[in-house]
Amino acid sequence: MSQTVQAAPDESRQTVVRPGWKTPIVLVVFALVAFVFFGLLGDSGRTSTFRVSTSADAWQIEPLALSSRPVALALSALCLAIAVYAIALVRRGQQVPLSLTVMFGVAFVLAFLVWAVAGEQISLTSLLQGALALSVPLVFGAMSGLLCERSGVINIAIEGQLLAGAFLSAVVASLTGSVVAGLVAAVVAGLLVAFVLATFAIKYIVNQIIVGVVLNVLVLGVTNFFYSQLLAPESATWNSPDTLSRVRIPLLSEIPVLGPVMFNQTVIVYIMYITVIGIQVSLFRSRWGLRVRSVGEHPEAADTLGIDVNRTRFRNVLLGGMVAGFGGAFFTLGNVGSFSQDMSAGQGFIALAAMIFGRWNPIGALGAALLFGFANNLQSVLGIIGTPIPGEFMLMLPYVLTIFAVAGLVGRVRAPAADGRPYVKS
Amino acid sequence: MSEQQQTTSDEREGEEPFTQRFVRELTTGSVMVTFLSVVLALIIGAILIAVSDPEVQDSVGYFTDRPSDTFSAIGDAVGGAYSALFTGSIIDFSEYTVGRALLPLGETLTNATPLIAAGLGFALAFRAGLFNIGGEGQIILGAIFAGYVGFGMDLPVGIHLVLGVAAGMLGGALWGGIVGFLKARTGAHEVIVTIMLNYIARFLIAYLLTTSVFQRAGASNPVSPQVHDSAVLPTFFDSSRLHLGFILVFAAAAGVWWLLSRSTVGFEFRAVGANPHAARTAGMSVARAYILVMVLAGALAGLAGVAQVLGTERYLTSGISSGIGFDAITVALLGRANPWGTVAAGLLFGALRAGAVTMQASTGTSVDIILVIQSLIVLFIAAPPLVRTVFRVRVRDTGGVGARSMGWGS
Repeated sequence: MSQTVQAAPDESRQTVVRPGWKTPIVLVVFALVAFVFFGLLGDSGRTSTFRVSTSADAWQIEPLALSSRPVALALSALCLAIAVYAIALVRRGQQVPLSLTVMFGVAFVLAFLVWAVAGEQISLTSLLQGALALSVPLVFGAMSGLLCERSGVINIAIEGQLLAGAFLSAVVASLTGSVVAGLVAAVVAGLLVAFVLATFAIKYIVNQIIVGVVLNVLVLGVTNFFYSQLLAPESATWNSPDTLSRVRIPLLSEIPVLGPVMFNQTVIVYIMYITVIGIQVSLFRSRWGLRVRSVGEHPEAADTLGIDVNRTRFRNVLLGGMVAGFGGAFFTLGNVGSFSQDMSAGQGFIALAAMIFGRWNPIGALGAALLFGFANNLQSVLGIIGTPIPGEFMLMLPYVLTIFAVAGLVGRVRAPAADGRPYVKS
Repeated sequence: MSEQQQTTSDEREGEEPFTQRFVRELTTGSVMVTFLSVVLALIIGAILIAVSDPEVQDSVGYFTDRPSDTFSAIGDAVGGAYSALFTGSIIDFSEYTVGRALLPLGETLTNATPLIAAGLGFALAFRAGLFNIGGEGQIILGAIFAGYVGFGMDLPVGIHLVLGVAAGMLGGALWGGIVGFLKARTGAHEVIVTIMLNYIARFLIAYLLTTSVFQRAGASNPVSPQVHDSAVLPTFFDSSRLHLGFILVFAAAAGVWWLLSRSTVGFEFRAVGANPHAARTAGMSVARAYILVMVLAGALAGLAGVAQVLGTERYLTSGISSGIGFDAITVALLGRANPWGTVAAGLLFGALRAGAVTMQASTGTSVDIILVIQSLIVLFIAAPPLVRTVFRVRVRDTGGVGARSMGWGS
């Protein structure tokens, strides 16, 4: 009996560093999959063509035509090499660095891409453009979660905040005829949801996961209700906002591939760049950031130093709500233009996953959100040219990866220590 | 609230005569909080119905001239919607035979069946300190397994149904067990894993319904074949959809009650839920409790999938769970994670679901209003101080379901 007790992992002490055999094992499995399926079993004699330039580009670059099987073999061999190196590292008692895992991931995705596109051609620019478009709400949502959780409040209500932002921005932009008013309304909507979250979580000390889950249902109910009562029957008045136009940044947008993808976008996307960089810098380089992190890691210590724990948390939750609400406007004003029921469709939960996968770190979360958006868009692009594996499995990818991440199979994730624990002064 | 105040009030309870204590419990205890929460949620629901009603909007235009018009329009809109909600869920007085008049009640019970089953799944895991947000995925897996046995196999009458129910519960148990296993072995937080598994289950069923094994022959849309008659949960009346699943779910509630309050395993679950460190020190295996409770919780949610696919719908679609998994969370929270409370809350939300259909048909008020009412009820019962402030009544902090708070790491 006592043996079982000792064998049980103590999840309250996740920081204990164990030499991780899981990562190299997972890497080897994936590398072998890549080598066998994408390389050895790939069709020989086919080429995978990637169009690099769009017709509008100033400099035209020839499409990249790769011989599918040899390139896939080479890339999966690189995966194998990385996996072997990871084994060697762990045998010497060292951790596998994150950069190595990332390199592995890139090589794996490229091998997959070359294999899947064999005999066809796709445009790299539109692949990446679509990926970025799908990532925008994820990035804003992940930043919202990050702002809340770094200060110690769990935000499951990201989904609701995105949906509320999408809804109110469409309604206000339609009624006022001003897109800017719509953007402001999106921020207000996110703020309102966050205010309820903060009040219940911090003032009434209600379990934060419960409040979040219930708030998602509440926002879904309210927006669905008004959609069927007002927006659907009288869409001309309530649900026909203008959409934001793309702003082309001179010079930068001329860069091949990346230019049209990154610098020919709506203002929402530019604000996204600023938000991510701003949060990254201020969280780790400013007094405000230090306070937020201290409140999220060790509220008692922060309180001793005179930081008002609950006020800091309240502010951060509100700030997070504003960020997510603004991101919600991308669904309507930045994209299709009108609101539809359950428009966020679970993106808030993928955003949560991206935040966790990115280890509660803005740049990491950005990378995870881009990866998830890429997987999602790749699925629809490959669906058009005829994908060798069912699209549903590609759509599962973000969720499977996140489970791997929280189970410690790809590196170890650790939440802020006081995340989800209310602070009551004693 | 300080610990000391709590104990003195508890001591006083012992001296009070029973009737006095009963009345006090009724007026200031959890029953009162629940009642006031429902009232408050219905009031806010009424406001939403009123502001979105076109006649009310018209009459507000000339409010200063004839304010009575506005009030009567509000009364019509709200009264019409709520009375239709009642007619559609409990009893329809406009029908002449008792059987037809009580048809709505049958719909209520049919709707309540999967809600209670999945609610029990959440409640059981919650008592062991786990947030099982994964009801949706567990219902889907249960429905996939039960559905496959139902339409994919030819078995004798009796055995077919038993095997179908068992397969469904196994499917849910499998999906729940993954969560328990990862929680116990790696410390992966169950909320994250269950949310992710919900989406994986959703894509899995979407994929399966495009394969030749699961898709109905000749159908272009993703639906499965009809479940064979031998695997269908029998109905009680010719006119109502109410089926044997309701009895099964009641039995499950009794089973959960027995497990939690009368068995050693249930005691371990509650001990682990109250304080995993203390439970471990006392020699209990926390890992085993986590795995076992998630397997059982998944099986209960799987039963909800069984009720849907072998009872109510009788074929598999990708929308088989239709949000039941999330409603079940609110059901269990309203029932304060107590088996019989969950049954009562499931009946209430089943009534709302059934009545909302009639309401939309007769008054045009969108069914989505019940999502609002449900979530508001749960928000309010989680925060007794809020209810206290709104109604200016004395209700105690009953230490309701929402009061326990914990982080990702615990």
